[in-house]
Amino acid sequence: MQSTISFRLNGKPIQIRTDPDRSLLWVLRCDLGLTGTKFGCGAGLCGACTVVVEKEAVRACATSVGSVRNKQVLTIEGLSRNGRLHPIQQAFLEQHAFQCGFCTPGMIMNAYALLLRNPQATREEIIRAMDDNLCRCGSHPRIVEAIEQAARTMRAGGAR
Amino acid sequence: MKPEASQLTRRDILAAPGLLILIPLEELLGTQEPARLPQRPAYPEDFNAYLRIAPDGRVTCYVGKVELGQGAMTALAQLLAEELDVALDAVTMVMGDTESCPWDMGTFGSLSVRQFGPVLRAAGARARAVLLEMAAERLNAPAGKLEVSEGVVRDPVSGRRISYGELVQGKRIERRLDQAPLKTPGSFRVIGRSPQRKDALEKVTGRARYAGDIRLPGMLHARILRPPAHGARLERVDTSAAEKVPGVRLIRDGELIAVLHEQRDVAERALGMIRAEWGRAPETPDPETIFEHLLRTAPPLRGVHEAGSLEEGARLSKDIVEARYLNGYVAHAALETHSATAHVEGDKATVWAGTQTPFPLRQQVAQALGLPQQNVRIITTYVGGGFGGKSASRQAIEAARLSKLAGRPVQVVWDRSEEFFFDTFRPAAVVRVRAGLDGAGRMVLWEFDVYGAGDREARQFYDIPHQRTRSAGGWSGGNPPGMHPFAVGPWRAPSVNTNTFARESHVDTLASRLRVDPVEFRLRHLSDPRMRRVLEAAAARFGWKPAPAPSGRGVGVSCALYLGTYVAVMAEVAVDKATGRVQVRRVVCAQDQGLVVNPDGSRQQIEGGIMMGLGYALTEEVRFRGGHVLDHNFDTYAIPRFSWMPRIEAVLLDNPEAPASGCGEPPIVNMGAALANAVHDALGVRLLRLPMTPERIREALRKA
Repeated sequence: MQSTISFRLNGKPIQIRTDPDRSLLWVLRCDLGLTGTKFGCGAGLCGACTVVVEKEAVRACATSVGSVRNKQVLTIEGLSRNGRLHPIQQAFLEQHAFQCGFCTPGMIMNAYALLLRNPQATREEIIRAMDDNLCRCGSHPRIVEAIEQAARTMRAGGAR
Repeated sequence: MKPEASQLTRRDILAAPGLLILIPLEELLGTQEPARLPQRPAYPEDFNAYLRIAPDGRVTCYVGKVELGQGAMTALAQLLAEELDVALDAVTMVMGDTESCPWDMGTFGSLSVRQFGPVLRAAGARARAVLLEMAAERLNAPAGKLEVSEGVVRDPVSGRRISYGELVQGKRIERRLDQAPLKTPGSFRVIGRSPQRKDALEKVTGRARYAGDIRLPGMLHARILRPPAHGARLERVDTSAAEKVPGVRLIRDGELIAVLHEQRDVAERALGMIRAEWGRAPETPDPETIFEHLLRTAPPLRGVHEAGSLEEGARLSKDIVEARYLNGYVAHAALETHSATAHVEGDKATVWAGTQTPFPLRQQVAQALGLPQQNVRIITTYVGGGFGGKSASRQAIEAARLSKLAGRPVQVVWDRSEEFFFDTFRPAAVVRVRAGLDGAGRMVLWEFDVYGAGDREARQFYDIPHQRTRSAGGWSGGNPPGMHPFAVGPWRAPSVNTNTFARESHVDTLASRLRVDPVEFRLRHLSDPRMRRVLEAAAARFGWKPAPAPSGRGVGVSCALYLGTYVAVMAEVAVDKATGRVQVRRVVCAQDQGLVVNPDGSRQQIEGGIMMGLGYALTEEVRFRGGHVLDHNFDTYAIPRFSWMPRIEAVLLDNPEAPASGCGEPPIVNMGAALANAVHDALGVRLLRLPMTPERIREALRKA
């Protein structure tokens, strides 16, 4: 059943005509050409497709495009502004908090939502909040370091 | 101690350029990594094959290796920049493109820096020497007196300068030189540093493209009908409902049935509408009966190494200890599933693939399409994790076949259950060890028979006068049909995780029987100074306090040699006796890999190897029954998470005079034994089977 769905994607209004039951992940990847959001498991188990909807981290593979109607959707492509990396991206870059990089967009978006909600997140809170985002290369220690670094930067005034 | 000289295997010959031998497709789809890594693969001598210098001085470096996350893009660029004397930022890497890059057998075996590194350095050094000769003519000064910095040649007498870009004018360098000296470690300015990774910006912004991120005009996403079990044959199929979905194209070519659509999720929905009836799959062993099955079906044991006399060793022994070590099948489980995009136009094919073996894949695609190899181009994108699992690239052949049949570009991205179903697992294995101690507490007898895993690094490196190592079957083939109920292949440090678990567990058992500290016991049997040094370095960083095991503290040690790299690991665990759950508190890993090209990259590999190793040691084991793989996703197949993370400390031993020996695989090999030894130290019970799941730990405690 086709319908017209409007929402804000990375700050810009967007309107598409499609079946509202389709997953946000494949609408982003196939219809809108935004391939930064990754497919890893298709069942909300790995976090590679994490995007932020209205300040909450969600699994795009388990989110219908109809459910984001009139909402704000932020993907990895919308995180840097005017050519400047977001402090979380900058920290991942400086800490080399990735290897193959496939889980990285989901990690960054999950961390973004965490720090929005809890700018003072402790190491233990970071580990708990990131626990359902999987990384096979074993970049976990660096990812935690990077999120801690980004949190410090954002508290010091780099926050958005 | 050096890695054994290896002979050329059939697979090496198959992979050699210019040869075309027909092989059954199923065999081609298996493992692409040869069991014996060739000592000298055929790389081109002409440095133009590896580099081009543009008029603006930018250098493009062409290599057949691929970036799997291991950092080869950065480390190889460092090697070239060092010898060529250009800025690292001036180097752009082109990797794994069969059209522009010189042939390479594949990215595996921790070979990128170890084996290809010297080739690339030599190419850079020769190019630099030729450029200096050319500059000498232009500047009217002797080449030996010229200085080079960041791609600019300067005559210190006249002060005149000329850049590489001006000298070459974007052309091939026609001049040749057979030899040029390499730089020595004291003069390195790029090697030994940890610059920003070349893939960093693309990977933190989501711009890094993987094979499933390719978008071509008219491209269709394919979902393929799969059997529920290995060996189940299709008996009846009704595709009519699927074909009614608007925009769907159904392709049928023999056993290959696929639905194609511009949107992958719509193709997926249509696939679910196909009604298929499958025959019964043949019975297979299960995860409990597989070990007896392996012993029953394995080919005859083959000698790997022998020294002294086993009879004499037995005669000298006052205490002989036998044990059988087991491990199950383990999945690669890279976060990126096997992905490829193919565009077949007439008699030409281009395939973007997430693969570890682009050149062998070119041959497979050519064969599948009936095209000459030169008409097929494989472009390797970023690969979202390999670990050996993307040495086999069945998905790329599927995409190519479907693109040819559909007449459109086709993308194949496996879902997670296809990934578990078609994975070339780390094989299940049995290792039988029999060892003897003499009256003075020295190991005098060692018999080691490994079934199912493979013989890499199976032979003993401790000083034992009477020893024999044998092997039967393994990850690289040579297994009778049905021995392993599904495909097996290389899994990060193939066979070495299994062999190290058995060897280092058994050595610990012997030390424990003597009531001798396990580090002290190992040092008594180690004359190799490099192995002694890594063990001592690990002990120093860990703050190892000697005590016989079990001490109740939960500490364990393990040592290993992997293709020239020496590595020692110490671990501390806490075990909850009620639940059987193991939490790893701390891991120290000391490694001597010879020359370290990129220290931070090496640390990443160590950290990653330790994190990944927690999985095969503690939870990971594929469940299966009657051809069915029962694990379909990460809900039942548990890979390491943030909450498992121990404190990890990496100690890199400085040894720049020894050749670089590779670092991607060695750090993982000790994890099974180090944790098993730590669990024994904590509980006083020894687990002889990996993974050490909570149930198995509780069971071991009950039996104790």
